[in-house]
Amino acid sequence: MSMDEYVLIFRHEDGQKVASPEQMQIWMKQTMDWIGGIAAQNKFVSGTGLPFDGAKVVGHNGVVTNGPFGDIKETIGGLITVRAESVDEAVEFAKGCPVLQGEGNTVEVRKVAKNDGTH
Amino acid sequence: MKDYLLIFRADFSKMLNSSEEEKKAMTQKYMDWIGDIANKGNLANQGNRLAPTGRIVSTGNLVTDGPFTETKEFIGGYSMIKADSYEQAVAVTEGCPVFILNGKVEIREVMTI
Amino acid sequence: MHNQDIIPHLFRTEFRKIVAVLCKAFGIENVNMAEDIASETFLSALETWPYKGIPENPQAWLYTVAKNKAKNLLARNSLFADKIQHGVKISVPENDEIEIDLSPQNITDSQLQMLFAVCHPLLSTEAQIALALRILCGFGIDEIANAFLSNKETINKRLFRAKEKLRTANIKLEFPPESEVSQRLQPVLTTLYLLFNEGYYSESKDTILRNDMCLEAMRLTRMLIDNKQTSIPQVNALLALMCFHSSRFKARKGANGEIILYQDQDETLWNTELIANGIFYLNRASVGNTISRYHLEAGIAYWHTMKEDTEEKWENILQLFNQLLMISYSPVAALNRTYALAKVRGNEIAIIEAEKLNLTNNRFYFTLLGELYTPIDKNKAKQNLLRALAICTTQPDRQTIQQKIDKL
Repeated sequence: MSMDEYVLIFRHEDGQKVASPEQMQIWMKQTMDWIGGIAAQNKFVSGTGLPFDGAKVVGHNGVVTNGPFGDIKETIGGLITVRAESVDEAVEFAKGCPVLQGEGNTVEVRKVAKNDGTH
Repeated sequence: MKDYLLIFRADFSKMLNSSEEEKKAMTQKYMDWIGDIANKGNLANQGNRLAPTGRIVSTGNLVTDGPFTETKEFIGGYSMIKADSYEQAVAVTEGCPVFILNGKVEIREVMTI
Repeated sequence: MHNQDIIPHLFRTEFRKIVAVLCKAFGIENVNMAEDIASETFLSALETWPYKGIPENPQAWLYTVAKNKAKNLLARNSLFADKIQHGVKISVPENDEIEIDLSPQNITDSQLQMLFAVCHPLLSTEAQIALALRILCGFGIDEIANAFLSNKETINKRLFRAKEKLRTANIKLEFPPESEVSQRLQPVLTTLYLLFNEGYYSESKDTILRNDMCLEAMRLTRMLIDNKQTSIPQVNALLALMCFHSSRFKARKGANGEIILYQDQDETLWNTELIANGIFYLNRASVGNTISRYHLEAGIAYWHTMKEDTEEKWENILQLFNQLLMISYSPVAALNRTYALAKVRGNEIAIIEAEKLNLTNNRFYFTLLGELYTPIDKNKAKQNLLRALAICTTQPDRQTIQQKIDKL
């Protein structure tokens, strides 16, 4: 079975929200269990968590602004790369993502491009 | 040194309609830029380019087709770099080809999962 | 020690030292010659000691004899070279005054350098383990064959090819430069880890041999720890892991060689001294900011040394397995993670996750499902255990599964 890589991007509706340390710990455990379940199927590739604070955005004329909060209000909270047989399987993985417990949050599912010059 | 994720955002719809040569030239520009970072010992992981199609899963397991390339801040890919500070990370983005598309580079400090 | 035991004992401890030092002097490409000299040395001991008595310092006697044999061979070799120009087969240094240094320091250094050479990334893992067992641990060919459930011919061929590779790849006996130590240690640690597992999980019936392999893996790992340059956190974590695992060596196999699962083990058979050592090395491993698979596996093994089931224990084990699977997938880890998940979040959730694992050629997969279904659905439990039975190959384990079916 041929496998492709997909990136699941966690989009939080409001990156300014402050969670209590206890809440953070619960989310962390839930996220680790979710990723552990994918890894147990040998379908986890890599993952990156992105703390909300201190982000910067560089614009085309070298203008630096604080925070990733531009035209789109959403903040990316992290992303993981998985192996899946189809986009539908990757979507199934995404459905289990604890980020979706937050109203308005989404998970974007994107196939990793091969080196075919379509960038 | 810390790891920083660079997320390339732009309206990539123009790119999709460009010729093979233009696409190739753009890829070459990206390779030159990233190669330069690697030469300086600042590349942690080349990262990925993302295909323009995909799905969005929302609360309640609602699945929609997308994402939409004409969005100005559409994510085209990402790379991971090493830098001592945000300031140094900002300096690394200089010359990134995404600026040619009038795009942006979002710089995010990485937390190991 | 009885007189008849002393030569086999010395063989086990001294053979490898003599071989390492001779290879250091003559180059690893002459490993066969080094082994021949070491073997002949022990042959001389066997021929003379029964009649003349065991020398006062048997170790020193062996070193002297080995040294003389090496010098004689060198002399013969140069004579041979003089007579038949360019026909030299063994290319040893020309200098007749070659120093064969059998000081403790040189013995240790030579063995460590040998460890790096044998675990060179150019050699296959299989070849690395066979070479390690032969050259670094002094195991006999038939012992190695027994451990791999193979035959002497196969092992001889494997060793021959591995030695050829050492020679053609021009691998030197030397310490890697400091900047490369961590990188070069990776294949060394993999080989030591596999060597330990080979002993721990081998289906060979020879318990003493299996135990010896584990002890040898631990001895070599400890050598790396005793050397300041190589005592990095990962190495300490690996030794901690080995200590924790071997603490259960006596408890994990029954009288008929059947595996006794963790939850059924008699913990009074667990070795508390090894557990204490494991904790010591795990603490030493907990510096720096790299978490290796050995850290995670040692952490999991640590929590397993607590027999009592607490929520804290299984939550920690689950999180460690989550992390382990993220950096290094294995079916065993996937199954154990699912077991931990059942302990923390209940069987229903664990069954859903288990059925996604797709390990349908693994008997432990079906025994796990059998166990998870037991309190929920006896029929499904039985179906799964029967599937496990159908693909199980060893008699003692078949009995264990059959007992579980009968209990339902």
